[in-house]
Amino acid sequence: MLFLLRQIGAFTLRQLSEMGRMFLFLLSAFILAFRPPGKFRLIVYHLKTIGVDSLSVVLLSGFFTGMVMGFQGYYSLRKFNAESWLGSAAALGLLRELGPVLSAFMVTGRTGSAMAAELGTMRATEQIDALYSMAINPIKYLVSPRIIASLIAMPLLTAIFDVVGIYGAYLIGVGLLGVSSGSYIAGMENAVVFQDVYSGFIKSVSFGLIITWVCCYKGFHAPPMATGVSQATTESVVLSFVLVLVWDYFLTSIML
Amino acid sequence: MIRVIDLHKSFRSQKVLKGVNLEFVKGKITTIVGTSGCGKTVLLKHLNALLLPDKGAVLMDGVDITKLRQKELYEMRGRFGVLFQGAALLDSMTIFDNVAFPLREKTRMSESEIRKKVDERLDQVGLEGMGYKYPAELSGGMRKRAGLARALVTDPEIVLFDEPTTGLDPILAASIHQLIARTQKTFGFTGVVVSHTIPQVFDISDYVAILANGVIEEAKPANEFLVSKNPVVQQFIRGETEGPIHVL
Repeated sequence: MLFLLRQIGAFTLRQLSEMGRMFLFLLSAFILAFRPPGKFRLIVYHLKTIGVDSLSVVLLSGFFTGMVMGFQGYYSLRKFNAESWLGSAAALGLLRELGPVLSAFMVTGRTGSAMAAELGTMRATEQIDALYSMAINPIKYLVSPRIIASLIAMPLLTAIFDVVGIYGAYLIGVGLLGVSSGSYIAGMENAVVFQDVYSGFIKSVSFGLIITWVCCYKGFHAPPMATGVSQATTESVVLSFVLVLVWDYFLTSIML
Repeated sequence: MIRVIDLHKSFRSQKVLKGVNLEFVKGKITTIVGTSGCGKTVLLKHLNALLLPDKGAVLMDGVDITKLRQKELYEMRGRFGVLFQGAALLDSMTIFDNVAFPLREKTRMSESEIRKKVDERLDQVGLEGMGYKYPAELSGGMRKRAGLARALVTDPEIVLFDEPTTGLDPILAASIHQLIARTQKTFGFTGVVVSHTIPQVFDISDYVAILANGVIEEAKPANEFLVSKNPVVQQFIRGETEGPIHVL
């Protein structure tokens, strides 16, 4: 019994200290982001890797998610003779929930895993030590620009996901299943308020922060070997997914 | 110039350094030899505080660098150049950008001044015209030379070499040794070389120290080291498995 308690205690302490390290890592990345000299060029570069490079996968997933919503929404609403509400159902679902969450998943898979692998490899090949030895803070150089870039890129990607998704649902609902174009657009206009757009925006910004924070932390502290890099990549993706969903629950319960 | 005093370092339960005492003479090359895994790189990483000791001090001009605040620590690191074992070049940049990197990040030099200096250093290490290549496109020896150019580009007072010839053939290893000796004469830096390429490394060393069983067993001028009667030195030089150095 005592052994079991000791194991639980040791595990809890390990998790708490890991959480503390993660928060300190984020804090120092934020403080260093605003300390001169600014890393404008690096931020632009990471806007490309996080934003532009994720665009195709976000477009594709947004379009197909919208089309699936078109089918499923039509099927459900038809039972209540409410097909004309398809526009509002698709728009609200995408703006409030599916847009931010699914685009966060896409960015995690496309860019977050690459971040963790890149930083992990840099750790294993002493490139991070080399930055320290050149008197360059690697958190300021490697992490802060990525965090700033993700805060900018994520809401933009989410907005694109939303627009493409709504268009996908429109194509299925109006083009294939015969919902009136006017009722689709009007339903959307009547149901969607600024609060819906705003809550999706808040979610996407916070998801961007979570993804970059987790993936950079895991990569930065990867054990310096090949298995360490793969382990860091896997952990960063899994933890990002879980944290995005948990944080999504809290934000939804606050902002609903 | 640099003094290591009673340095202890453990990783979990494994004690690597058990009270290392060593002094590095200004403007000279000191080589630390020892068996693989004995803690040479760990000791080297304490010299510019990439690792912090569990106990002990590293004095640089009388100041204990293990107690420095972060800002002072970064200033102190600016006095060092480091050639890492695998060169540790940033693989997202060309060789030119790698060598220019510390100048762009830490100085206010103009791009034309940086270009001139980087080209000069690349020439000195025999990599003229190779600046446009990426690290992945270079051989191991060329990467080491590029790493050396980066280590020297800021005109550091102290240069740390972590196994600069590991994995290279004897001819290439000799050329790297010559390069270290030649650049040391040109720039007059204090060199600390970690190596087990013996006896070749003695040719470029002014002083040699042997790290074994977690402590410095012997530290002498290079010409005296080879003829030392210390059984640890003799076992290492002869490559014997039996003796005071615990190998397995």
